Amino acid sequence: METSCEDYICSEIDPEEVKNKLISKYPAKVGRKRSKQITINRIDEEKCVPEVMANVRTIPGIITQRGCSYAGCKGVVLGPTRDIINLTHGPIGCGFYSWLTRRNQTRPNGPEDHNFMPYCFSTDMQENEIIFGGEKKLKEAIQEAYDTFHPKAIAIFATCPVGLIGDDVHSVAREMKAKLGINVFGFSCEGYKGVSQSAGHHIANNGIFTHVVGLDDEIREGKYRINLLGEYNIGGDAFEIDRIFEDCGLTVVSTFSGNSSYDYFKNSHTADLNLIMCHRSINYVAEMMETKYGIPWIKVNFIGAEATAKSLRKIAQYYDEPELTDRVEEVIVKEMPEVEKVRAEVKARCEGKLAMLFVGGSRAHHYQELFKEIGMRTIAAGYEFAHRDDYEGRRVLPNIKVDADSRNIEELEIHPDPQRYQPRKSPEEISELEKTGFKFKDYEGMMTEMSNGTLVIDDINQYETEKLIEIFKPDIFCAGIKEKYAIQKSGIPMKQLHSYDSGGPYAGFRGAINFYREIDRMVNSKVWKYVKAPWQQNPELAATYAWD
Amino acid sequence: MLLRHTTNKVADRHALTVNPAKTCQPIGAMYAALGVHSCLPHSHGSQGCCAYHRSTLTRHYKEPVMAGTSSFTEGASVFGGQANLVQAIDNIFTIYNPEVIAVHTTCLSETIGDDIAQIAAKARESGKIPEGRYVFHASTPSYVGSHVTGFAGMTRAMVDYFAEKCGKKRRQINIIPGYVEPSDMEEIKRIAKLMDIPAVVFPDTSNVLNGPQTGKYEMFPKGGVTIDQLKTTGDSMGTLGLGKLASGPAAHALDTKCKVPCQVLDLPIGIKATDRFVDALRSMAGVNVPDDINIERGRLLDVITDMHQYFFGKKVALIGDPDQLISLTEFLVSIDMWPIHIVTGTPGKKFEKRIRELTSEIPGPVNVKAGGDMFLWHQWIKNDPVDLMIGNTYVKYISRDEDIPLVRFGFPILDRAGHSYFPTVGYRGGIRLLEKILDVLLDRQDRDAPEESFELVM
Repeated sequence: METSCEDYICSEIDPEEVKNKLISKYPAKVGRKRSKQITINRIDEEKCVPEVMANVRTIPGIITQRGCSYAGCKGVVLGPTRDIINLTHGPIGCGFYSWLTRRNQTRPNGPEDHNFMPYCFSTDMQENEIIFGGEKKLKEAIQEAYDTFHPKAIAIFATCPVGLIGDDVHSVAREMKAKLGINVFGFSCEGYKGVSQSAGHHIANNGIFTHVVGLDDEIREGKYRINLLGEYNIGGDAFEIDRIFEDCGLTVVSTFSGNSSYDYFKNSHTADLNLIMCHRSINYVAEMMETKYGIPWIKVNFIGAEATAKSLRKIAQYYDEPELTDRVEEVIVKEMPEVEKVRAEVKARCEGKLAMLFVGGSRAHHYQELFKEIGMRTIAAGYEFAHRDDYEGRRVLPNIKVDADSRNIEELEIHPDPQRYQPRKSPEEISELEKTGFKFKDYEGMMTEMSNGTLVIDDINQYETEKLIEIFKPDIFCAGIKEKYAIQKSGIPMKQLHSYDSGGPYAGFRGAINFYREIDRMVNSKVWKYVKAPWQQNPELAATYAWD
Repeated sequence: MLLRHTTNKVADRHALTVNPAKTCQPIGAMYAALGVHSCLPHSHGSQGCCAYHRSTLTRHYKEPVMAGTSSFTEGASVFGGQANLVQAIDNIFTIYNPEVIAVHTTCLSETIGDDIAQIAAKARESGKIPEGRYVFHASTPSYVGSHVTGFAGMTRAMVDYFAEKCGKKRRQINIIPGYVEPSDMEEIKRIAKLMDIPAVVFPDTSNVLNGPQTGKYEMFPKGGVTIDQLKTTGDSMGTLGLGKLASGPAAHALDTKCKVPCQVLDLPIGIKATDRFVDALRSMAGVNVPDDINIERGRLLDVITDMHQYFFGKKVALIGDPDQLISLTEFLVSIDMWPIHIVTGTPGKKFEKRIRELTSEIPGPVNVKAGGDMFLWHQWIKNDPVDLMIGNTYVKYISRDEDIPLVRFGFPILDRAGHSYFPTVGYRGGIRLLEKILDVLLDRQDRDAPEESFELVM
């Protein structure tokens, strides 16, 4: 039993053979496409990895786990903001399904602060509007929302039929903005745009940047002022990160968009530095803020205790002030003993176990850190809606061909703001930092941190999931709610890494402790031993008890 | 406060829905299709619809929910989804090998006007549907009706596509159980069996969405009505449709198509509606009601008489689906509770009239609305508070803010287990409902009682 994972993968199971098994049943055309989305990892001396085809159309009927553009825009990026009325323009379903289901937490500033997150707002389009147009109803709905709730801002989200019948949510937004005197803005995030949620992220980034960021130039207090991008406060992750930041003396101007507020977005352009957690969903805002306002961005990861410490040190290095550097070290020293205590305890029970992660656009990468910390190996991983750069690193960006589906998503042309563009660091300072190995606007991707011979699979489907389980029998599988119970019926624990099932936070130091304990609970649960009843394990009737 | 923006000032809203009490047709169609054995539901539209429906059903049942999607892109939305659907059918039969694919449409494919029957015929012609396999469909645009009518549409499609009349009557009854839990469908089958009546129950999600943990995943589990069974429904002695909205269309379609006489009854929730169900079953099949059923009925009655003091005069607010609310209102009134705020999100003219009739003897005003939302219902509760709320998981936010006990009932229940295992239909289901109601009411009394009147025996 005590073979290491390395041996397990390499000596007993040939990844090429696995790949062949995964695609052998497909119709020829499907097999050809899938074979480009299934790659065996090899890292060469220059840290280059093989190409993975990603961000391409889903194959109809394959049982994908992907969602749509609306889900990425309204559900993921803008849903967690508490004080904007997020109004879905469409039939009732889209608004209903994205109502409170992602476990984003929010903490209003007192009882008077707005909090619309427990609410679902929809125009509930009917056949009549599909035939005669829905703009009139949309305007009325905005008016009613304003009269009833008096929000600071209203965002409109277009669903599939809206685009088809030609309702112009942007012109309605402009008209109602002028009429009501509050900010009203629209998102053309119809579900058929793009190939996955990813298109919706991009659309959300464009909209929030165009309509909200930069509206308030007030510089709030704080010596080290940062934005945290791509952190959605699922299970309270952002609260834990905020706690650590506060301890370190860092001030969060705005989080995009966990525990977020319209007011925070408005002056987020006054921060010194943008930190990116989920590169896939939010890198556009970071890029645009850099171009327009001169705020540099760096990739961070607060999933995993070691990763958290590393990211904190990276932030300290950016500011390069002993006050902050010392404080960060003190915080790490203070936090780590408890982490290490639990880690040692859990590692003893989890070491050598195998994990697979198929989720998101960054989590399948980030959570490998946590598994590593308790001695578990990731033998296969992939994203649901990522692009090649999330797998292979941003170095491949110039080589990515833009296809028709991506070209339909607007790429904003951004220029430095004539008044407010102000580089936070001089070119000399940047080059000094870079000499020490500090990397700005870089993400090396998932594959460079995975072992050789591991499987990297983009947009994995139900069939491939079942095959992988059959072949590898991993100790834990991480994915989303749609995969969860099929995997568990196979006798393998499954942890949701979109919304975490329950529990959290898993970010930061305390989050790492929570995750170690959660994985320990799952992979060592007694329940899996009861699957076979005594009479199934031992079917023969003992002669002495048999009826005459 | 969680719902801090909800005030007691009720204003007319014509365009804005806040906190819906319904969702869209396709999810109901997907749920119904899962009640056919070896059937893979397929969503013809953007892949987000399919992802949302699968996620919501999965969270409600804590069970695998598989379905395919046509994954529309912008191109498909402009040029039509035929190529996507034909490819999907080919892939599904090649890779997953179900006996049948149940296609439902979405707002997207309906708006562009895809003709599913024609596309399926094309798939058949080009050999994408293997011999002995089926593709059937229901038209379920999201901008019409609600999840309940979507369920009704897919159930009706089972009749339209499969029911046959070969002329020789079979000693069996068709029971269309309505949009209820797998546990309820199982209970309806149990009651029929107790009465020795062979029944074809369709759809039937028992043993599909309340399956056991066996250590082996089966994409197509044991449960579900088979196509062969569906074919025989045209020769049955009669059809009982439970729930007008969810089961009426299929029951009437069978009558029209195969001349199978039908009765459409209320869902058998509570003593009176269950009485009508058992009585109709008895008359249709020409059997006597066995004593086992009388005992179950007597037990339900016994619980009511034993605990009547806790029910009497308690005000209740209900929110959910029309078929359920009608039977539930009748049940509550029959045990002298006072349902005073009743909302369904599903539109429909007859609902309000029926509820008014059922609640006519309740002292004081009764608020009822079809096509309403949870926001309005909450406002009514603020203006006229109740002792108990019955509704889905979203009601817990109101329950916490207003400090009013909640019994979870309906769809979706995302935060508790049990609904897929324990029925609320039939006499035994009635006992379970009463147990749940008593638990929350008596817990509340215990919590709020002054020390001197804290009771041991209740």
